[in-house]
Amino acid sequence: MNTAAASRWSRWWGALRTLSGDDRYERYVEHLRTHHPGTEPPSRSRFYASELERRWNRDGPTRCC
Amino acid sequence: MSSKRIRQWLTWSTITLVGAAAFGGIALNRGESVNAAWLVVAAACVYLLAYRFYSGWIAARVLSLDATRATPAESLENGRDFMPTHRWIVFGHHFAAIAGAGPLVGPTLAAQFGFLPGTLWLLVGAVLGGCVQDMLVMFCSVRRNGRGLGQMAHDELSAVGGTAALVATLTIMTILIAVLALVVVKAMAHSPWSTFTVFATIPIAILIGIYLRAIRPGRVLEATAIGVALLLLAVFAGGWVDANPSLHALFDLDARALAWFVMIYGFVAAVLPVWLLLAPRDYLSTFVKLGVVVLLALAVCVIAPEIKMPALTRFIDGTGPIFSGKLFPFLFITLACGAISGFHALVASGTTPKLLSRETDLRLVGYGSMALESSVGILALIAACVLDPGVYFAINVGGGVVGADPAAATATITSWGFPVTAEQMQNLAHSMGEQTLFGRTGGAPSLAVGMASIFGSAFGEHLLAMWYHFAIMFEAVFILTVLDAGTRVGRFIVQEAFGKVSPALGRTSWYPSVVLSSLVTVAGWGYFLYIGVIDPNGGINILWPLFGIANQLLAAIALAVVTAILVKSGRTRYAWVSGVPLAWLVTVTTTASLQKIFSADPKLGFFAAAHDLADKLAAGVLPAERAAVAPQLIFNQHLDGWLTAFFLALVWVVVIDMVRSCTLFLTGRGAAGCREAPYQRTQLA
Repeated sequence: MNTAAASRWSRWWGALRTLSGDDRYERYVEHLRTHHPGTEPPSRSRFYASELERRWNRDGPTRCC
Repeated sequence: MSSKRIRQWLTWSTITLVGAAAFGGIALNRGESVNAAWLVVAAACVYLLAYRFYSGWIAARVLSLDATRATPAESLENGRDFMPTHRWIVFGHHFAAIAGAGPLVGPTLAAQFGFLPGTLWLLVGAVLGGCVQDMLVMFCSVRRNGRGLGQMAHDELSAVGGTAALVATLTIMTILIAVLALVVVKAMAHSPWSTFTVFATIPIAILIGIYLRAIRPGRVLEATAIGVALLLLAVFAGGWVDANPSLHALFDLDARALAWFVMIYGFVAAVLPVWLLLAPRDYLSTFVKLGVVVLLALAVCVIAPEIKMPALTRFIDGTGPIFSGKLFPFLFITLACGAISGFHALVASGTTPKLLSRETDLRLVGYGSMALESSVGILALIAACVLDPGVYFAINVGGGVVGADPAAATATITSWGFPVTAEQMQNLAHSMGEQTLFGRTGGAPSLAVGMASIFGSAFGEHLLAMWYHFAIMFEAVFILTVLDAGTRVGRFIVQEAFGKVSPALGRTSWYPSVVLSSLVTVAGWGYFLYIGVIDPNGGINILWPLFGIANQLLAAIALAVVTAILVKSGRTRYAWVSGVPLAWLVTVTTTASLQKIFSADPKLGFFAAAHDLADKLAAGVLPAERAAVAPQLIFNQHLDGWLTAFFLALVWVVVIDMVRSCTLFLTGRGAAGCREAPYQRTQLA
């Protein structure tokens, strides 16, 4: 694969991961690293559990008719 | 003019001409069958033009969107809900959140008027109403740190407006869940294949939930890939279950049993932790949903099916067998979500605004995703209208209207001018892998037959039964997600109300309170579901208009809040942008409510229906099985009548509150200006 095709593929793959929520943890760790350096990030599984809790139990309607 | 401007001018002129030609084609083709391609092209041109010019004008002139202004995603960024995100990703999130069963079922039912009224209102209603509502509500929320609709109604109107919004949300949720659950139950009744497939989605979701929690935490993509493969396997296995006599009998359930099952399921799902069932099923349903929409759009474009439904049917006079009432106002009530959906205002305020990285993105995310949602409604309408009209009515009209046995039903429908034979229906049912397709009300079976025939001609005829059950699974899987998520939202509102009486009951994590409030919520929608199931006319003819009125009521509340904000932020001369759709919605909901309450026609008026049934019961002219359920139906018609009156009162309370609030502001007496968060300059590149 040439580099142009590879970079296009990785852009699409990255978009798909963000869209599906697959990279939420990485993005959160990145956020902590840039905005709160020195803070210890939670483990992947702790983060996943607390994200679901926030999204479905506190955020109000996220799905429509 | 620069060459770029000339090119743009040429592009948009071409789109305008093509759109006009497509409408011309539809107009001139009257009397003979029209190809769906005309509708698709005409619709696409309308959405593109409206997006380019109307939403552009609103963004620039009405709202003066400011790309230099920091959004809440930036100023409150926490790496979780507040997170600047690329606009196409937010678009995808928002579209996945607003896309639901409403724009599939509504247009399917509205096809009883012919293909033209539904198409026109989906287009006009969306570009002038629904898209505008979503975009404006999102704008107001972005400027208020991502506040929700209820909170904005409270802040910008009054405590009365805020409470009305909350009460409307809870009631709509109740009716919405009931009607969607009814759609699923009706699709599963006496269909072992569908029942097995839908049941199988539950253990599949649990399996994915455990995978995502314990085995590979948060690896959504790989878990979804496994889940989708299992779902397809479940559709396939359903055929095998259907062919096996003992399994066939096990999954051959009637609508009442299935209604109880759905209620128990809804309760259990609402009290289980979200990671086990709700979240994984939501991942699956989102993928299946987006996949099917893309597939359906492709298939319609590839095979360009003929529309067999006439442009207008005789039922515009109000004698429609699927739902009663004239074109005005019931077309608008029935289409509801595909054109203007009040429910979107809840998603457009709250979740989505916290992700927008620039204010200017809300044109794409707010206006654009509703335009796309409305085009899904057009696809559903096409799927209903490619069926022979006789077949369409045979599937969608309840046995209570046309007679329970095939000969009587086909004779009645043929006498309306839509020929259909019992043999034709039998062959169709057989090719779809179903025992019968007569009186399969609710919209899902007819949509599935339409989709199966479109997919079948595009991707292979021999798979018709597979496509049919795939379409049923597709609808069921996200309806069950809405059922679970909606019960949860309802539960929190109930808990908040309980908390005003007893603080312990208001604690959202206290288990007895969770159980009690979930029971109350499930009992609320379970009641309407059960009545819908025992109704010999199919149930949907009562519940769907009630849902439509409730949904349009919530839209009216959202537009009232937005209009007040436009006035109070010094945009009074543009207040018509939301004021005109608001006036229209108030007119439609008021007319529809008054007809449902006061009409003397038992097919239309709730109270008239109750009296009619009571008279027949007293005279002893009802068959035994109808007489048995008559008292419950009579009570329900009364209840629905009062509920409609309550909706009507809510609309007017909010509208009067809005007018009061605006008048106070404009005359300089009291009423503070609007409460925007202060300007902060963006630091994002």
